[in-house]
Amino acid sequence: MAAPRRSPLNGSTLVIGLYLLFLMLPLYWLLNMSLKTNTEILNSFTLWPDRPTLDNYRTILTDASWYMGYVNSLIYVVMNTVISLAVALPAAYAFSRYNFMGDKHLFFWLLSQRMAPPAVFALPFFQFYSSVGLFDTHIAVALAHCLFNVPLAVWILEGFMRGVPKEIDETAYIDGYSFGRFFVKIFMPLISSGIGVAAFFCFMFSWVELLLSRTLTTVDAKPIAAIMTRTQGASGIDWGVLAAAGVLTVVPGALVIYFVRNYIAKGFALGRV
Amino acid sequence: MNKTTNQKAWFLVLPVLLLVAFSAVIPLMTVVNYSVQDTFGQNEFFWAGLEWFEEMLRSERMWDALGRQLLFSGIILLIEIPLGVFVALNMPKSGFWSSFCLVVMSLPLLIPWNVVGTIWQIFGRVDIGLLGYTLDALGISYNYTQDVFAAWATIIVMDVWHWTSLVALLAFAGLKSIPDAYYQAAKIDQASRWAVFRYIELPKMMGVLMIAILLRFMDSFMIYTEPFVVTGGGPGNATTLLSIDLVKMALGQFDLGPAAAFSLMYNLVILTMAYVFYTVMTTLEKREG
Repeated sequence: MAAPRRSPLNGSTLVIGLYLLFLMLPLYWLLNMSLKTNTEILNSFTLWPDRPTLDNYRTILTDASWYMGYVNSLIYVVMNTVISLAVALPAAYAFSRYNFMGDKHLFFWLLSQRMAPPAVFALPFFQFYSSVGLFDTHIAVALAHCLFNVPLAVWILEGFMRGVPKEIDETAYIDGYSFGRFFVKIFMPLISSGIGVAAFFCFMFSWVELLLSRTLTTVDAKPIAAIMTRTQGASGIDWGVLAAAGVLTVVPGALVIYFVRNYIAKGFALGRV
Repeated sequence: MNKTTNQKAWFLVLPVLLLVAFSAVIPLMTVVNYSVQDTFGQNEFFWAGLEWFEEMLRSERMWDALGRQLLFSGIILLIEIPLGVFVALNMPKSGFWSSFCLVVMSLPLLIPWNVVGTIWQIFGRVDIGLLGYTLDALGISYNYTQDVFAAWATIIVMDVWHWTSLVALLAFAGLKSIPDAYYQAAKIDQASRWAVFRYIELPKMMGVLMIAILLRFMDSFMIYTEPFVVTGGGPGNATTLLSIDLVKMALGQFDLGPAAAFSLMYNLVILTMAYVFYTVMTTLEKREG
């Protein structure tokens, strides 16, 4: 056997290794539990499942009241991402290109919406969406999540747009492009990575939020995260199914990360590096 | 970039403005409405003036929650910011392992918040959780539902687990933007590792670090789901942070008046802090050119 290529084991590798281990351990434990039966979870303490079983996953994927939770979550997350981007794109363009009356105040005001605690809005949202008849619909949650996603999208996109030289706009206008055509045909492809990153963030924050989505839904649009609380049945908590449901909520996030992995770092800096 | 003045740009901002007005201003007005009225049910409301505000300002409950909140935010910032920077400094700069680290580190950020709570709730249990079981086996008494210190330790470690990666990713983005020439110059000057960090890396990271501090401070200041799932605000009120207290008051006890007054003051505190951070940030950006 050829000698394996030795990776230099220095301090940095050790630090990163330990940190990744710290991140992975709780996740591993969740995965481990999701592959066990409840009897095994409660009666023996093992570092890996003795007899791995997919029963917990089967329970979730065959029961509509379970898997509809994922569908509901995905529906409002996608709606929210589309709405947020659609309104944020022109606004970000305006902020990055023009001075106008009150622009700085407006920008800060938007930003401050991102900082508003969802707990403050839980009750008014509940009453507001009930009174306009949107309670327990996907669109209600999608609109509610715009509270923090639109400002964030504007902020990120503005950062990316700033990096595009203004001469491009001017040349396009001289060439006779209308604003609409220029924006869609020329400008959007130029900041496509920024749009991707903004979409990623909208997806992420809408996907992980629970307080508002739980408050605004009861049955028809109930997100998976809220459904998970029902594993507390009469016979105690169904740990295995709970763990399996948890693992399944991690999957969409992991997929999305994979697609934007090269832009993550820049995206987290909100395009400001 | 030199911008041109164009008042028509307002039309481009208009959709955002309408949407945010719809989803923020209108609901917030109902809060304002409740904060100055009292009710005996049946939708009858009475003008109460500033009574609720005075009551809340005198109530120990709110000040205690605020104190716990400041303590929590302070501790997690003190841990997450240095740790995040430290991790970023040690990350591989490019290649497969760099992407690998980025992807793995982002994972906790994309887990729904109550699942984060559930993960740690399970992880810390003495009977079925790896952490609780190990601590118990080592003879350390650990029970986050009974013991105040254990509860705090759990929610802090959980937050560090959940969010340090965000700081690390931001710092990493800042580090990657430093041109090689800087490091070469430092080498010629025989600068120490510390000097390189202090005079090259830290100033270059300052901008993104401010974003990191801003985001982490704000998000930790309104944290609700994760500690709620793990401790439910207990034992007693030991981990009842501001949002937990507020939700208890508004949706649990339906004390609309006090809850509304509480909300507005809560919002005001956050707004003030956001303004301070934002001003510092924009000044920094300007100074960099």
